[in-house]
Amino acid sequence: MSIQQIIQSYPAKSEYLLEMLIAVDQQKKHHYISAEEINEIASYVKVKESHVCSVMSFYTLLSTQPRGEYVIQVCKDVPCYINDDFNVVLTIEEELGIVLGQTTNCGRFSLEQTACIGCCDEAPAMRINHEIYTNLTKEKVLDIIHTLRGDANGRTT
Amino acid sequence: MIHAKINHIDVVVEEGTTILEAAKKYNINIPTLCHYPDLHINSDCRICVVEIDGYRGLKTSCSTPIRDGMMIKTNSPRVLNSRKTVTELILANHDVNCTSCTRNMNCELQQLSKNLGIDTSRFDNVLEYKDIDDQNPSIVRNPNRCIKCGRCVDVCQHVQGMHVLERMGRGHDMDISPAFGLPLNDQSCSFCGQCANVCPVGAIIEKDNTNLVWEKLHDPTKHVMVQIAPAVRVSIGEEIGLESGLISNGKLVAAMKHLGFNHVYDTNFTADLTIMEEGTELISRINNGGTLPLMTSCCPGWINMAEQEFPEILPHISSCKSPQQMFGTLAKSYYATKTNMDPEDIYVVSVMPCTAKKYEATREEFSVDGKHPDVDVVITTRELGKMFRQMGIDVNRLPEVEFDSPFGITTGAAALFGASGGVTEAALRTVYEIVNERPLEDIVFNSVRGMDGLKEAEVNLAGTTVKVAVSHSLSNARKLIEEVIAGKSPYTFIEIMACPGGCIGGGGQPYGTTNEVREHRLASTYIVDGNMIYRKSHQNPDIHKLYEEYLQQPNSHIAHKLLHTDYQYRKKRT
Ligand code: SF4
Ligand code: SF4
Ligand code: SF4
Ligand code: FES
Ligand code: FES
Repeated sequence: MSIQQIIQSYPAKSEYLLEMLIAVDQQKKHHYISAEEINEIASYVKVKESHVCSVMSFYTLLSTQPRGEYVIQVCKDVPCYINDDFNVVLTIEEELGIVLGQTTNCGRFSLEQTACIGCCDEAPAMRINHEIYTNLTKEKVLDIIHTLRGDANGRTT
Repeated sequence: MIHAKINHIDVVVEEGTTILEAAKKYNINIPTLCHYPDLHINSDCRICVVEIDGYRGLKTSCSTPIRDGMMIKTNSPRVLNSRKTVTELILANHDVNCTSCTRNMNCELQQLSKNLGIDTSRFDNVLEYKDIDDQNPSIVRNPNRCIKCGRCVDVCQHVQGMHVLERMGRGHDMDISPAFGLPLNDQSCSFCGQCANVCPVGAIIEKDNTNLVWEKLHDPTKHVMVQIAPAVRVSIGEEIGLESGLISNGKLVAAMKHLGFNHVYDTNFTADLTIMEEGTELISRINNGGTLPLMTSCCPGWINMAEQEFPEILPHISSCKSPQQMFGTLAKSYYATKTNMDPEDIYVVSVMPCTAKKYEATREEFSVDGKHPDVDVVITTRELGKMFRQMGIDVNRLPEVEFDSPFGITTGAAALFGASGGVTEAALRTVYEIVNERPLEDIVFNSVRGMDGLKEAEVNLAGTTVKVAVSHSLSNARKLIEEVIAGKSPYTFIEIMACPGGCIGGGGQPYGTTNEVREHRLASTYIVDGNMIYRKSHQNPDIHKLYEEYLQQPNSHIAHKLLHTDYQYRKKRT
């Protein structure tokens, strides 16, 4: 589906804004919504661009800047922080050779943090694109990254 | 009725009253920061907290309705401690550099810290410095001073319907910004400055031009003249410690002379001229099947919105320049010729209630010689107040001085330009008499006065009743504009002013411009009108002289060349 088709598959009402944005994000290899797309969405649901930006900025899931094919978001809230005895972020940073907020040169991975993703009982947790990974250990984290690296298709669904 | 106790004082108020309002009624002062009269309550800052017996946490008094039997403490140790902590946390994320801030001694955060007795801070400053946006001629946004109270967002979205400013991000990382963090200049911002007017701190301010003015005042090769807009005289008193609405006309002129201006003129003169030109344009559009309704063009905030968002509406807008620009043009053409001066040596300053006028003056087409702007620089009422303070001028003690000629005589009609509905009233006074060839008996059009967002009047012109409409605040204007675009407007003439109340409520007016203050300024405006010898623009003898000597007649070829303009679609991000 083209971006336009995705947008128009929703009613032209601002209540559907978030769903629409997530659907667009899922279609995009580099997980971002461009200024032009924001403009299109804003005029479709008849709100101002600033409102779309504001909604997007509220959800770490969404971005206006191009990111990797895999957006790794490590939970930074307290339960995850307390249960993280091996440092999830550092493990990934070392494995990918990037620091928090960066994207690998090959354009495949971005590393970010997020607020609680609702899995505190299985902390520490992280989200990659729309998939959630819990009860993380160092081995598990490295395993996940290795699997994704080997995956030529570039999507986790 | 609700019976409760605040600090052991019995209070009786109506149901639905907030604790803050109840306290105010009994002269109990609860400090606030994000709260602003006339705007939505968003209880973001938690400065106004109070303790209520039997309630667990502290409650924000600005948003909590008072209930029967409540025992409220506004100054308990817990309350004071919480307020102090919140303020210290705000200061820790603020560019605390008061002496180099426009709002020094006039800042709500500074006042609050002082009142709470904050002299040391327990927290280190953690501000992450962000870029200042000063890329437009009107408004400067300094995010490093923003305390995220949300007032600007509310005024821009709900009062103006412009939605330029928004909250971006959440929690600790929340920021106030236009879409994509772009400068205001890249957005469809009207430059109305309402955001600057409600900002409690120095985070949104007018682009300060006082230094430019000082420089020219001290340059002996320049003939520096100043024009003062109608809305300034009913508000400048507030800048110099008088009550809102007090009029200080002759003293104002005297004070301007003390600042060093060679000549002090009244924009009211070109307001009268606008009525002659715009009235004639209206009559000719009615008689010749021109585009109607005719919409007023004196407010650059509205013109910005129209040019940026509503290209279809542009043919409806009067081709008249605004009174500010008409004055600038005359200064550099008529006045220069009359006095044998090189326009190069004339420097025109405007004192306006308005930040959008700063932008307007920079528009390239507003230049008679194609080299220098007709109006060289614009300062706001607030900046004028600043210049008086810089010179230590005690305006109130000066003996009265008259405005200079040749633009000396003005009318009550012109004085009304500062008030919403004023242009309409002034236009009707003149158009009625020209079309019907008989005097207008009742010259006061009450239905277009006051703070209602949309106002109407009817007038009989040559046997036909025509309807006129007036709106102020850009959110109200949208309704009239959409009707016109849809071809459903019942009106022949529409006045639009961007700011609530019109220019008396402009973005460059003294801080604390609430609707209550606007009412005072409106009342003063009507007093000014009532006191004038001439109250209709076409009766102004100096206007007649100007047409005789120079402009021939309204809408003549030369008048068109000098006093009229056209509009272009300037697409911006919305
Ligand atoms: S100047 Fe007016 S339109 Fe522009 S951001 Fe401020 S309130 Fe909004
Ligand atoms: S810019 Fe001013 S009005 Fe707007 S949120 Fe910041 S402090 Fe409040
Ligand atoms: S209403 Fe007056 S003060 Fe406000 S933008 Fe228009 S001209 Fe300026
Ligand atoms: S705190 Fe990490 S998932 Fe809730
Ligand atoms: S004034 Fe009540 S929360 Fe800010």
